[in-house]
Amino acid sequence: MTVTFPQKGLPWLLLLPQLLVTAIFFLWPAEQALEQAFYQEDAFGLSREFIGLENFADLFTDPLYYQSMLTTLVFSFSVAIVGMSLALLLAVMADRVVRGKLAYQTLLIWPYAVAPALAGVLWWILFDPSMGPIALWLKTAGVNWNHYLDGNQAMILVVIASTWKQISYNFLFFLAGLQAVPRSLIEAAAIDGASPFKRFWTIVFPLLSPTTFFLLVVNLVYAFFETFGVIDATTKGGPGQSTTTLVYKVFDDGFVGLDLGGSAAQSVVLMAIVGLMTVIQFRFIERKVQYS
Amino acid sequence: MIENRPWLTFASHATLLTGIALVALPVWMALVASTHPASAFGVGHIPLWFGDAGAETWGTVLFEKAGNGVDTPVWFMMLNSLIMALGITFGKIAISLLSAYAIVFFRFPFRNLCFWIIFMTLMLPVEVRIVPTYEVVANLDLLNSYTGLTLPLIASATATFLFRQCFLSIPGELVEAARMDGAGPWRFFFDILLPLSRTNIAALFVILFIYGWNQYLWPLLITTDDAYYTLVMSIKRMLSVTDGDIAWNQIMATTLLAMLPPVAVVIGMQKLFVKGLVDSEK
Repeated sequence: MTVTFPQKGLPWLLLLPQLLVTAIFFLWPAEQALEQAFYQEDAFGLSREFIGLENFADLFTDPLYYQSMLTTLVFSFSVAIVGMSLALLLAVMADRVVRGKLAYQTLLIWPYAVAPALAGVLWWILFDPSMGPIALWLKTAGVNWNHYLDGNQAMILVVIASTWKQISYNFLFFLAGLQAVPRSLIEAAAIDGASPFKRFWTIVFPLLSPTTFFLLVVNLVYAFFETFGVIDATTKGGPGQSTTTLVYKVFDDGFVGLDLGGSAAQSVVLMAIVGLMTVIQFRFIERKVQYS
Repeated sequence: MIENRPWLTFASHATLLTGIALVALPVWMALVASTHPASAFGVGHIPLWFGDAGAETWGTVLFEKAGNGVDTPVWFMMLNSLIMALGITFGKIAISLLSAYAIVFFRFPFRNLCFWIIFMTLMLPVEVRIVPTYEVVANLDLLNSYTGLTLPLIASATATFLFRQCFLSIPGELVEAARMDGAGPWRFFFDILLPLSRTNIAALFVILFIYGWNQYLWPLLITTDDAYYTLVMSIKRMLSVTDGDIAWNQIMATTLLAMLPPVAVVIGMQKLFVKGLVDSEK
């Protein structure tokens, strides 16, 4: 773009609303979090004292924080891997069929529109130990399902609810990726006698790797930051700490535990993580543009 | 189709149908559960087929009160959700259009700096800076207000990028021609730029509407007054009554009503939705 308008003041006026909202509701709170992370404040906000890096030192010597990190990793990778595998299977099937492709797509993508908290509630009732049909069915199969007591089962439940919502997204991107694979390659392999399975693993899957990597990052970001509703509406981080992810812990320590300094220090750590993930996402997308 | 393998085609359809059934299962169960009286849920199991109390339950939650400690009817909370969703959607689109316009069609000092400041909002989701953002909004006296529900969420790096990409693809000759014909920046914006970005705006509208409608944590924090309850967050308030007293039929009916509008938007505007989803990730 070389042709521009000559006005000098107007662009500032145009940018003003966006910059104001950003400054007031993004940069100011972020700066406050940074500041609070170095202070110890009492629960009523009446007095505070500069304590340097002590909040961070507390954080990184707290076994609960490491446990929460581990929980987050287990949760995020489970959501990403389960969701992507199922979506890939469905997308490969949908790419194969000739009839009803659009109908299948319609019937698979709507969960994207369901709020995470609602997704959580829907699965919560299906697995309710005293009345949920799946829990009762599991009981007759010999599994004693009770996510109120068993941390692993609670984790499985939030993974299922979060994955369910994300399958539609993965499905759409895999389907688009599959449709971009050149037909001539597959035809050539078919003529050489390669079976559909062999063709998938040796040609299609490697060609999908940019899509797969992109979805992995998006899914991890989703599981990190957008599943708060699932956890809060169902397990509330419990039983014990078994489903307390890092984002849930920031909320829980800040609003329920009223440990403002500790919560702020966690915010700072999380901002660093988001920053890193954003950079990875953008570097990757830049590369994808060059190769295409 | 590369070759004809009937059994594989059959397996494909079977897998897809199983997938669809599994995806629809929780909603089916919720629908069934909402047609039974609350007493059916005690000990035992959720009935597996429709009951006859559906009309009554749906009528009660929609027009009288959602129940389980929430005394507002669902239609009223739907209205709040709609105000919040549309406020966020229009707000994001408007300020992003303006800032993308400024960045692409004008040259001014610190242009790149402005771009990077907007970019930084991507790295600061509400969830990670929840306590200080709450404090800022409380200081500005915006708790329990529509402004508080929408304004803090309308900065959008994604929408700004999308419009920037879209504007960059507009040929320079068009701008030159407009200027030669005597069109000023505003005239150019309204008569040429807006009509050209119509599909982009529509696609983004679908995605942002879903985003706005599904807000959960933010309304939960800043509304304590029934008059500002939104539908999605009210589920949390309904679930926090003590376990024995939960009327599951009402909760299920409310849950279904809460997901209905965004799901209808996705299904009804599927093409725009897919375009919006793909575009906003670029």
